[in-house]
Amino acid sequence: MDRIPLEKKVLSENDRVAARLRDRFREHGILCLNLISSPGAGKTTLLELTLGRLPKEARVAVLTGDIQTDNDARRLARFGFPARQITTGGACHLDARMVERALADWQLENLDLLIIENVGNLVCPSSYDLGEAAKIVLLSVPEGEDKPLKYPAIFLKSELLVLNKIDLLPYVSFDMARAREHARSIHPGMEILEVSCTTGEGLDQWIQWIKKRGEILRAETAKLPTLGR
Amino acid sequence: MHELSIASAILDAVRKEAEKRPGVRVRKVGVRIGALSGVEPEALSFGFGALVQGTDLDPLALEIESVPWRQRCPPCDLTFDVKDEGLACPRCARPETLMAGGDELDLAYLEVEE
Ligand SMILES: Nc1nc2c(ncn2[C@@H]2O[C@H](COP(=O)(O)OP(=O)(O)OP(=O)(O)O)[C@@H](O)[C@H]2O)c(=O)[nH]1
Ligand SMILES: [Mg+2]
Ligand SMILES: [Zn+2]
Repeated sequence: MDRIPLEKKVLSENDRVAARLRDRFREHGILCLNLISSPGAGKTTLLELTLGRLPKEARVAVLTGDIQTDNDARRLARFGFPARQITTGGACHLDARMVERALADWQLENLDLLIIENVGNLVCPSSYDLGEAAKIVLLSVPEGEDKPLKYPAIFLKSELLVLNKIDLLPYVSFDMARAREHARSIHPGMEILEVSCTTGEGLDQWIQWIKKRGEILRAETAKLPTLGR
Repeated sequence: MHELSIASAILDAVRKEAEKRPGVRVRKVGVRIGALSGVEPEALSFGFGALVQGTDLDPLALEIESVPWRQRCPPCDLTFDVKDEGLACPRCARPETLMAGGDELDLAYLEVEE
């Protein structure tokens, strides 16, 4: 029996499609964000509030992944921006091919911001690159402050941690200082925002973060020799 | 939870490699799975076995090498396995260490017969 070394990634096919998407996003100066959390942490709610605060002429679109239903896309479509559901038919994560397919008939030159709500799950989505500029992990207060230690991969790979439902802090035992400490022990220098979708606290900082991140992306893109505009 | 999609990605990759080598039979595929990859080796073995059964590649064995989560302390130039003690450097106790491995989800090798 002969042994042939391979040394490639199991998901190299997904990575290839993701790289193609990333190139297209850069080419059009689109900030693509991949929003990840466990079920019910508040991804769709945060997106509703985000879309609700953007001016009508904002060039933004959302994709939302769900195993079965298109409820989230219907919730998000009310704001008048393009919103499309990706139903994974059982898969617990989005992959790059699903995103590519969902974008097939969209005019990317008309977009500045694309937010992808991943399927509610803290494990599987962390392995699948979608071509995003940044992953964002949302953790809600009722889930407990130990989650960064239990699901380190997603905290390592995310640029920003949004701690949501801080309005519930008085009612549950959640040690905010420890949550931040845990996250930064896994990912030194991780950016952290505290938000409540119910009271609106922290939403200005969240919108600011997106704006700033878009500027960083466009500054980087301008420096790329082949993609500069 | 996504072991079935991972198993099917492994099978697709094996099939691709097999097509490049007409006349050989792939008997075994070796993969390296990091502790941070979110993939449970047992569930992967199970899913792989179920997927391969009855296909053109059957029988095909899967060998999984599990890789621990590793962190590195740059000042000490020390790489260590993460266990229950946490992420601090075992030499200097500094808490800020960097990931040095454990997110592998790699195809390592094929074993083939002419
Ligand atoms: N108290 C409180 N509840 C919130 C907050 N944000 C969201 N919720 C509630 O949490 C529940 C789940 O919110 P969703 O936005 O649907 O959560 P999701 O992450 O999109 O859920 P999946 O798509 O199913 O994974 C809803 O009942 C929201 O009203 C918050 O800041 N505070
Ligand atoms: Mg949702
Ligand atoms: Zn040290």
